[in-house]
Amino acid sequence: MTDIINSLGILLFATLAYGTPLIYAALGSCFSEVSGVVNIGIEGMMTAGAFTGTVVAYFTGSPWLGFLCGGLAGMLFGALHALATVRLGADQTIAGTAINMLGPGLVIMIARVLFNSTDTIPLEPSQRIPRLFTGVFDTSTTFGRFMDNVFSTYASTYLVFIAVILVWFIFYKTRFGLRMRACGEHPQACETLGIHVLKTRFLCVMISGFLSGLGGACVTMAISNQFRPISIVGQGFIAIAAVIFGKFRPHGALLGCLLFGFCSGLKTVLGGSSGIDTQLISMIPYVVTVIVLILFVGRSRVPSASGKPFLKAR
Amino acid sequence: MKKILALTLSICLVLGLAACGGGSTPTTTAAPETTKAPETTKAPETTKAPETTKAPETTKAPETTVAPAPTSDKIKIGMVTDVGGVNDKSFNQTSWEGLQALQAEDPTFEVKYLESKTDADYQTNINTFIDDGYDLIICVGYMLADATKEAATANPDQKFAIIDDATCADLPNVACLMFAQEEASYLVGLVAGSVTKSKTVGYVQGMVSDTMNLFGIGYITGVLEACPDAKVLQYNANAFGDIPGGQTAAKDMITKGADVIYHAAGGTGIGVINACAEEGIWAIGVDTDQASLSPEHVITSAMKRVDVAAQDISKAVKAGTYKGGEYKYDLSNGGVDLAPTRTHIPEDVLKLVEEKKADIIAGKYKVPTTVADCPAFELK
Repeated sequence: MTDIINSLGILLFATLAYGTPLIYAALGSCFSEVSGVVNIGIEGMMTAGAFTGTVVAYFTGSPWLGFLCGGLAGMLFGALHALATVRLGADQTIAGTAINMLGPGLVIMIARVLFNSTDTIPLEPSQRIPRLFTGVFDTSTTFGRFMDNVFSTYASTYLVFIAVILVWFIFYKTRFGLRMRACGEHPQACETLGIHVLKTRFLCVMISGFLSGLGGACVTMAISNQFRPISIVGQGFIAIAAVIFGKFRPHGALLGCLLFGFCSGLKTVLGGSSGIDTQLISMIPYVVTVIVLILFVGRSRVPSASGKPFLKAR
Repeated sequence: MKKILALTLSICLVLGLAACGGGSTPTTTAAPETTKAPETTKAPETTKAPETTKAPETTKAPETTVAPAPTSDKIKIGMVTDVGGVNDKSFNQTSWEGLQALQAEDPTFEVKYLESKTDADYQTNINTFIDDGYDLIICVGYMLADATKEAATANPDQKFAIIDDATCADLPNVACLMFAQEEASYLVGLVAGSVTKSKTVGYVQGMVSDTMNLFGIGYITGVLEACPDAKVLQYNANAFGDIPGGQTAAKDMITKGADVIYHAAGGTGIGVINACAEEGIWAIGVDTDQASLSPEHVITSAMKRVDVAAQDISKAVKAGTYKGGEYKYDLSNGGVDLAPTRTHIPEDVLKLVEEKKADIIAGKYKVPTTVADCPAFELK
């Protein structure tokens, strides 16, 4: 029994550890996709956020300022993507790919200038995003240990759940949300009704970058304590998959991210020395994702104007 | 009109990233100062990114201390990294630091490195050094084994050295620099077994292979030597870059009572060390002195002196004593050891470690190297 409770605690810890950055990025992806702009540059924006966050936290000593600047760095890349795709009508996939290559390249170049290394200097504990509820639970008991593993987690994890609620509210309960979704479905109709399609999209892509940047920053400032080139490896793409999985809805994307996090945790918990071949165990997150996609998630409907540049002149 | 603008911008973006990527692309240029050059010239094309304001700084980067104009009487040493890159905080970086120190100490050496971004770069990088007439090419890591073998067979007059691989040992022009990682791991195992209060220690390995298993076998043997009834929780991360995975594995072990955890898992180990720091238990680092990652919680590290090996073989080339075959770096020649950071290790434990180390050096004790000799090792 103790073993099961312990494993469950670890499993939930891992779900959140892997899932949190994905959820930030997935929320970002939702904004962009729903407004009609395909943003595969999430990965590059996350890298920018991950690097900027640690650097700012390192030089200022403030994790929250770092976290915010991580978001802003992502937003800057978002603005770049928006400039290319929304303002100038460039191909969204190509611009996104460019962002994905530009982000890591630029960041590593700056890292070499600042630190003479591709890694940043590890953050002090006080410079990292704090963990909440540490020492609240009595870790000598099984239950206390469980609670500690699950709830004594980073503030960024608590924040992301607030963000999901906030995003859901914006999407479905505000005028901006409705207009934004309309821009992704039928921009011509929106324009005739006096909605600024280009402005709305531009803003959405920037928000997308901001949230992705936050996601990147919590990889390097919460779970890890430094930026390394291996910090962001594919999380951005998994977040995009989670959004498709969640049918372009923030709460759906949340579930997708948590599922992927849960499976990654399962990999670790089963990994140990259970005797099952590790190669097989390592496949779990991907196999489960494929199976769930096939069996339980119906067809995901892409916003109809997604990927198409909107040109006023037409 | 808009389309043309968009196209131009796209081209700018692509060029911009080509410029940024180009800086570290191995095939273009060699020395660190020259690798930076294309970035500075092309960087302004990434007009939108404000970071470009920083680009010109690269020209001022103080790294330009290396390599005066090449002359024929210089001993030219080229180093090819594996995909970890030169700043991997592990053996690539240590090797390069060793070579830089060598050049600083003896200016007749001229050292350069080429980074490999993908497996496909190994051959190209090696060939670049061959074409430039290098006296010795040091290939860092067993991942370069195939490329090294091929190049060494095709160029029998070119001297090579490879780290952590012995499959080329039969070639007369390849020096295989091997490390007794089990001996260093055995010493840190003694430390772990001595300082554990819960009699439960953890071990995270990056991958299961004969070379990697040596870390675990040595460690577990050491732990059990110091504390015969200790339990060793073992985990194969099957990844060298999975930070949250390392953290989860360590949390799992801590939940099960571990109070010291050793890792031989590269980047995954960063997660292990972080979890140990958060939970206030001891972590043991690997390859280099990893105390800087968490000075209060890394009790020591199992070090491989790749830098010493790289210097030795370079000096042998200069002295004309170079020969191919296997070179073994172990405790007796200082090739592996406990890291210099030992401040957290109690006096008596340090004494035990020194005694055992002396026994190994004197040949009175041999650390096991096979799974059969260490039944407690469970990873497969």
